[in-house]
Amino acid sequence: MKNVLNKRNLITLVIIGVLFFVVQLLIKERIITAYMRSNIYWIGIYIILGLSLNMIIGITGQLSLGHAGFMSIGAFAAAVVLKTNPTLTGLFIGIGIGVLISLAVSFVVAVPTLRLKGDYLAIATLGVAEIIRIVLNNLSVTGGASGISNIKMLMSWPLLYTFVILTIFLTHNFKNSAIGRACISIKEDEIAAEAMGINTTKYKVIAFMFGAALAAMAGSLFSTTYYIVKPDSFGVNTSINILILVVFGGMGSLSGTIIATFIIGLVNIVLQPYAEIRMILYALILIIVMIFRPQGLLGSQELSTKLLPNFKWKRKEKSS
Amino acid sequence: MLEFLNQIINGLSLGSIYALVALGYTMVYGIIRLINFAHGEIYMFGAFAGMLAITVLRLPFFLALIFAMVVSALLGVVIERVAYKPLRKSTKTAALITAIGISFLLQNVTAMVMGNNTSAFPQVFDQKVYDLGGIRINSLQILIFGVTIVLMFLLQFIVLKTKLGRAMRAVAVDKDASVLMGVNVDNTITITFAIGSALAAAAGVLIGLYHIRVVFWMGTAPGLKAFVAAVFGGIGSIPGAMIGGFAIGLMEALVAGYGGTMWSPYRDAVVYLLLIIVLLVKPSGLLGKNVKEKV
Repeated sequence: MKNVLNKRNLITLVIIGVLFFVVQLLIKERIITAYMRSNIYWIGIYIILGLSLNMIIGITGQLSLGHAGFMSIGAFAAAVVLKTNPTLTGLFIGIGIGVLISLAVSFVVAVPTLRLKGDYLAIATLGVAEIIRIVLNNLSVTGGASGISNIKMLMSWPLLYTFVILTIFLTHNFKNSAIGRACISIKEDEIAAEAMGINTTKYKVIAFMFGAALAAMAGSLFSTTYYIVKPDSFGVNTSINILILVVFGGMGSLSGTIIATFIIGLVNIVLQPYAEIRMILYALILIIVMIFRPQGLLGSQELSTKLLPNFKWKRKEKSS
Repeated sequence: MLEFLNQIINGLSLGSIYALVALGYTMVYGIIRLINFAHGEIYMFGAFAGMLAITVLRLPFFLALIFAMVVSALLGVVIERVAYKPLRKSTKTAALITAIGISFLLQNVTAMVMGNNTSAFPQVFDQKVYDLGGIRINSLQILIFGVTIVLMFLLQFIVLKTKLGRAMRAVAVDKDASVLMGVNVDNTITITFAIGSALAAAAGVLIGLYHIRVVFWMGTAPGLKAFVAAVFGGIGSIPGAMIGGFAIGLMEALVAGYGGTMWSPYRDAVVYLLLIIVLLVKPSGLLGKNVKEKV
């Protein structure tokens, strides 16, 4: 049994706490304006989305283009509950329902489709997301094509921070667990993994469902942040926006996704008045990164307290 | 029965469009195993090129169609050379993501240049509706079907009877062996992109004429459905793409015509559902070959 309160974990805890109070203080002193705050919320929600997609694409190596579909499930679940019960309890119930539906849908989708390889899987997940969108477009509970508006705004810095830290904690532990290592081995070489006795289908389904559940959670937060949800906000473009974060940061690197989300969040703020140029820039980032640095900013490396000085450098270089 | 025949006619004209686009997917996939995600955007680009050729260059319709096909073929070649060629040795995922990037880029550049709103496609022909004892045929539907059939014959001729076509088939079977046999693989791939793009552009011009409008996002949904058509027919197989295109068109028209208010909103969902089922049951499609995976 390793000591949980070792030096590294303590440092991490201190960093987490200090960051929280600094931003909280800045918000309280109104140095961070409402506009900046909404950008921080965007970054937080997309960090959760990016990390959840990274579990599927980066860790397990299964290209999914339907992430926005699972996000929309969470968004609509929270929106429906918040309409009748506009409190934090309502939000948590909404998140719970969204996560459960998302788990169920992703299970039904994953078991058959994850037998498919590479680009076929990508197209199948894209089809699933489109089906979810069309169904939401025609359901009366979710308000049809116009969606649900005037959702109670409950988003706050402590709430966002809690969920982001929770996601980082969950994804980090997932990556470093036995399941995570099995998933990484599937990414590296599926046939070899199978030969080593890994039940590849099982782990692919687990990773897919884990990612889908986190995406639903992010979707719920999205709906309480932006007052309005409609099916068309969760189309292919949204899935690709999330994909860009993962690709840009480095597939398999959690800290890479977080850094990429910050960079893209900042680019968003700078280019706010020029929405079209922003989209063109995204597309160019995607193409250029793929041609010149297909492994992304950090590759599959992590930026962590392990890299701080005073610690023994015992990290083995991964031979790739 | 008459209603059924009417839906069949609608389905055939819609299916012609899907078939033309599906041919590009299937040819590119057959030769370099890449899902050219940007193909739907080339269809959109072709529609805009056709519109501009008619309104700005004042070309007659058929010249505008050829103009759009040539310009889009050039665009296809540029995309292949700039974005896909450097990635030919890298992973499939990297190539697919690049293709998504290109698709995103083309859409947003078009939105910036042409505006976010729909533009009107000039009506160059008077639409006539022929009534054959209750069966209504629109003159544009005949035009769409006719142009598609002519292009398909032309494509079959190129692929089966010319030296270029033989090179394309050879590269699709074995790239390395074709190099040894003196085939210029790079040029063959580029020409495949050019032909596929030209076909998609023709489809775009025809649909612009039929729907009287063009808009920057018009390529996404038909692009996906045409891909479904290509997979349904067996990706890599040219006759498969034709059959698949018509099948998807017919299916969509029948669901729209007979689904009533209950099911017709789901006609797109039905197409995607079919895709998933085909992928699961027979991933090689109707006419595709089964490829065994080797370790």
